Amino acid sequence: MSTSAPRREWPGASLARVPYWVYQDDANYRDELRRIFEGPVWNYVALESDLIRSGDYRTTFVGEMPVIVVRGETGAIHAFENRCAHRGALIALDDGGSTGKRFQCVYHAWSYDLEGSLVSVAFEKGANGKGGMPASFCKAEHAPRRLRTATLGGLVFATLSPTAPPFDAYLGEAVRARLLRVLNRPVEVLGRFVQALPNNWKLYVENVKDTYHASLLHTFFSTFRITRLTQGGGVLVSPDGAHHASATIDRGEDRDSTAYRDQGIRSESPRLRLTDPSLLDTVNEFSDDIQLQILTVFPSLVVQQVYNALAIRQVIPKGPDAMELHWTYLGFADDSPEMRRRRLRQANLVGPAGYVSMEDGCVGGFVQRGVAAAGDTLSVVNMGGEGAESQDTRATEAAVRGFWKAYRGYMGY
Amino acid sequence: MLDRVSQLNAEYARAIDDDRLEDWPDFFTDPCLYSITSADNHRRGMPAGVIYADSRGMLKDRVAALREASVFERQTYRHVVGLPALLGAREGATRAETPFLVVRVMRDGTMGLFATGRYVDALVEEAGALRFRERVVVCDSSRIDTLLAIPL
Repeated sequence: MSTSAPRREWPGASLARVPYWVYQDDANYRDELRRIFEGPVWNYVALESDLIRSGDYRTTFVGEMPVIVVRGETGAIHAFENRCAHRGALIALDDGGSTGKRFQCVYHAWSYDLEGSLVSVAFEKGANGKGGMPASFCKAEHAPRRLRTATLGGLVFATLSPTAPPFDAYLGEAVRARLLRVLNRPVEVLGRFVQALPNNWKLYVENVKDTYHASLLHTFFSTFRITRLTQGGGVLVSPDGAHHASATIDRGEDRDSTAYRDQGIRSESPRLRLTDPSLLDTVNEFSDDIQLQILTVFPSLVVQQVYNALAIRQVIPKGPDAMELHWTYLGFADDSPEMRRRRLRQANLVGPAGYVSMEDGCVGGFVQRGVAAAGDTLSVVNMGGEGAESQDTRATEAAVRGFWKAYRGYMGY
Repeated sequence: MLDRVSQLNAEYARAIDDDRLEDWPDFFTDPCLYSITSADNHRRGMPAGVIYADSRGMLKDRVAALREASVFERQTYRHVVGLPALLGAREGATRAETPFLVVRVMRDGTMGLFATGRYVDALVEEAGALRFRERVVVCDSSRIDTLLAIPL
């Protein structure tokens, strides 16, 4: 990034106003990659269940930086930039697999151990007494950038920053407990899909933190009372604003509510009936009343429990106006066949074709296109007030304001 | 049999592309399995689909949701379906595999190759007609552009 380019000024102090250029500006986007994704945050990078044996690895991204995550010889999980220290080629080319004790770059066969240290250079001493690297060349001085890793609930997180706080302190006790509420035992991956979205990454993260929209955009949610603002629950926002967990609790108080109908809200459809209601046949598997919990870990992880449909969603930026959402559908390793079938059926609610998530897939693009000529205009994020504190209602944008509170801190706005 | 499977595939594609989605569940038995997955998931034996229906009722609900509930921009498909490979019979069903290609046309006229893959089918006779007891739509790619609303 050019440091001579003048930085944008954030318009005012309110967390309830956000300029639309933040979804468009290329210099700002480059700055985000450096200050946020490659900065003092913890990025979700892999599932521990993909890294069972030494040499098992996954490739992913931290912002736009390609990363290898691998189980080392001592059992520790290592992460390093997927970039050969020689000429910069990708070291690992697949989504994952098992590599033994070494990664070898295909370009010139430079090899790395499982910690990302350069251990051999092909023809380092030359061939037939000629060529080779100069005597001054020191392999220990050349390596891809390393990331620190931490794990929680079977998830692997990584940070490039030596100044990032320890992961538990980063996440905070309250959100940590809500994450472990769901990810309380070994998981099994049921499928993976990538959803390419035509919008800035922040529009998706805001959407996930936006408890106000869910039952207004998503007819399925409101019609079948999966989540409605008139049901119980609320939103937990971490003190720094960065992370959140929202919950819907149905204790029956909403059964007779006509609030949606009375306001003429599209999303309650009297015509929609299920021929096969087994889709919504749910088991209360977490021993509490929370039927839906959506949790985010800043900047790029979503942990989803919609009834018994569990998934990890990883947000990967792909330029100012594009991103990918990497879906990992989960069950638990000890699921009964009935529970497995229930999860597969309820997965219809989520994912790229989900009765609910389909709409979250397109609504970010509607904003991206809608604000094309409105870069200096401000969006209004005022539901539930001005602050970013936890609230015992979901008719609020507190978690969205929390995102901006954290974002502006990292970005220096 | 090759002719009958080809004819069924042609009718199936026409029903979707002509927006006669209400006819779509009748191509299946009840119970049935209709799932859209990726070649990668399929190869690894991972069972989740972006759409997963194991009853004709679930297929009807998919159509009802598209008509009554789901928010997405107006779009249509054009299926181009290849020749089926008949793979014998197993568990009382004819096994067939048929390649397909789907172009998605958006309301603003944008056309794009949306999906390629193969239908992995188990076909049975029911009331004199050939129906899908299983149709697993194995997309070559795991990457879906924006959303998948209309079935493949």
